[in-house]
Amino acid sequence: MTQSVGAADPPVIELRNVSKTFGEVRSLSGVNFSVNRGEIVGLLGDNGAGKSTLVKIVMGFHRPDAGGEIFFEGRRIDDWSVARARSLGIETVYQERALSEKQPIWRNMFMGREPRTRWGLLDVKRMRSESTRLMSEHMGFTSAAVHPDNIVTTMSGGEKQGVAITRALYFDAELVILDEPTMGLSLSETRKTLDFVSGIKKAGKSAIFIDHNIFHVYPVVDRLYVLDRGKVAGVYAKSEITMDELLDRLYRVARSGSMD
Amino acid sequence: MATAIPDRPSDNRIAPPSALRRHGSQLGIIGVGVAMWLAFVAAAPAVFTNLDIYRAFAQTTPQFGIIALALTFVVITGEIDLSFPSIMALGTAAFCLTTSYGGAPWWIGLVCALATGAACGLLNGLLVAKLNIPSLVITIGTSFLFRGLELVLMNGTGVPLTADKFPQMHALLRASVFGFPIQTLWMIVILIVFWVLLNRTRFGAHVFLVGDNPTSARLMGVNAVSVKARAFVLVGVTAVFSGLMTSIYGYYFWPTTGDGFLLNTIASVFLGGTSVFGGTGSVVGTFVASYIIGAINAGIVSAGINAFYTQLAFGLVIVISVVLQTLIERRIRRQSLTGR
Repeated sequence: MTQSVGAADPPVIELRNVSKTFGEVRSLSGVNFSVNRGEIVGLLGDNGAGKSTLVKIVMGFHRPDAGGEIFFEGRRIDDWSVARARSLGIETVYQERALSEKQPIWRNMFMGREPRTRWGLLDVKRMRSESTRLMSEHMGFTSAAVHPDNIVTTMSGGEKQGVAITRALYFDAELVILDEPTMGLSLSETRKTLDFVSGIKKAGKSAIFIDHNIFHVYPVVDRLYVLDRGKVAGVYAKSEITMDELLDRLYRVARSGSMD
Repeated sequence: MATAIPDRPSDNRIAPPSALRRHGSQLGIIGVGVAMWLAFVAAAPAVFTNLDIYRAFAQTTPQFGIIALALTFVVITGEIDLSFPSIMALGTAAFCLTTSYGGAPWWIGLVCALATGAACGLLNGLLVAKLNIPSLVITIGTSFLFRGLELVLMNGTGVPLTADKFPQMHALLRASVFGFPIQTLWMIVILIVFWVLLNRTRFGAHVFLVGDNPTSARLMGVNAVSVKARAFVLVGVTAVFSGLMTSIYGYYFWPTTGDGFLLNTIASVFLGGTSVFGGTGSVVGTFVASYIIGAINAGIVSAGINAFYTQLAFGLVIVISVVLQTLIERRIRRQSLTGR
């Protein structure tokens, strides 16, 4: 690791005492969570443990219940929303892939933050040419035939994931959230995605990596949060725990709700 | 942050989409238009080689075509508005109330009328987008609401809108410009404005995104409520504009203004290649389709065919175009033809 984290550096994102209730269902209760600069944090937990709710709060889709606080680089932020989070450099690669399938690649690439000319009109020319460049530089398409006008529906699963990941990268994200990014991907596509996660760290950025598959998560992360029934059941630095111990504890927590 | 992938597969090429796929629906609609025109020319050469017939539908088609252009936005967001015929009447009633009854100058009437349309559109939009009520249902409700309000306000009576009382309105909405029908000029101007709005603004980009995949649009920070509300406001304002144009054309405001506009307008949008499922569509397609719908009416009557056939021809064109569109879309998505 080339990047050393100063103790005085505030975390990129920090959640303090965050709870989230949907109707009568308490999805998260009193969660404390933080990601430091240059750190890859893994998020593990069973279905319904609250992983998705937690990341949806980090990316601004849900707001925490009253009493929960969100800090970005040490500053408390009250008007938390997707647009606000994205403007601060939090980008997400979703399990649902969050692409508009009937639209061409260039529209998807710039979704929600389309560049404009000085007349206030969409800069379609730039959107097309930037998409072409990104597709050939980051996604490994042969540049001669890359076409930003292709409709997303016609692409393969890996290619779609490529668009989603490239979209997150393009905007110089400070923090990339990967919500089960390997779901439904082939072996080689999964390999590429994991390489990408390591690339985030080399670039000095941070990431939150959520996956069911501990064998994907463990090798690339620095720190691990284990969630269970809406609570943080354990936090481990990777140096503190081997993969076998971790597996063992995950089974135990699933049965008893307690780590030890 | 470059994470170029070193082992690029050599066959990882993306072919550009064919022109047919990109402009298929527009080419199709223009083809249908030309074919129908040729059929009419063959059936009634005397009528269709004379300029008068073209002048006639250049004057009447924009009356619903302008609304169809705005309705295209709403349909792309995946919604529908059935209340615009009532908004046409309510907005025009607002004009008559402020000018003929209230004595205000014509331009204040015009502003009040358009503002009424915007307010109606906003109400529709908020009910649909904010409260998540299916637009098919709630706009039937607001349709009765707006029509009822108009009938109560006007007490069911009409208002004459003669040229000597409203010379400016007639100059704006009825007089020819160097012999060219001003209605179609308005439609062309609105087409250009709406084309830019749909294809070259963030609002337009978000209209496509919201209609295609509302969840992903929200996840990427697009405000779906505001996008849909603005699309409905667009329909409200153009409906009133068209209500005024229609009333001025007939020199009289009928309390029933708007009756008979619903199907022509919706048909123009779908015939123009805008997807019934939302997410894709084009204002150019709607523009061409409006004139085709206008021509079916004029063409059948002047070809000497019984006017009862108008509705039949109408129905065939709409059903066939929607079915074809659906099949093409499934083909692109590589689904089976029944979508299962």
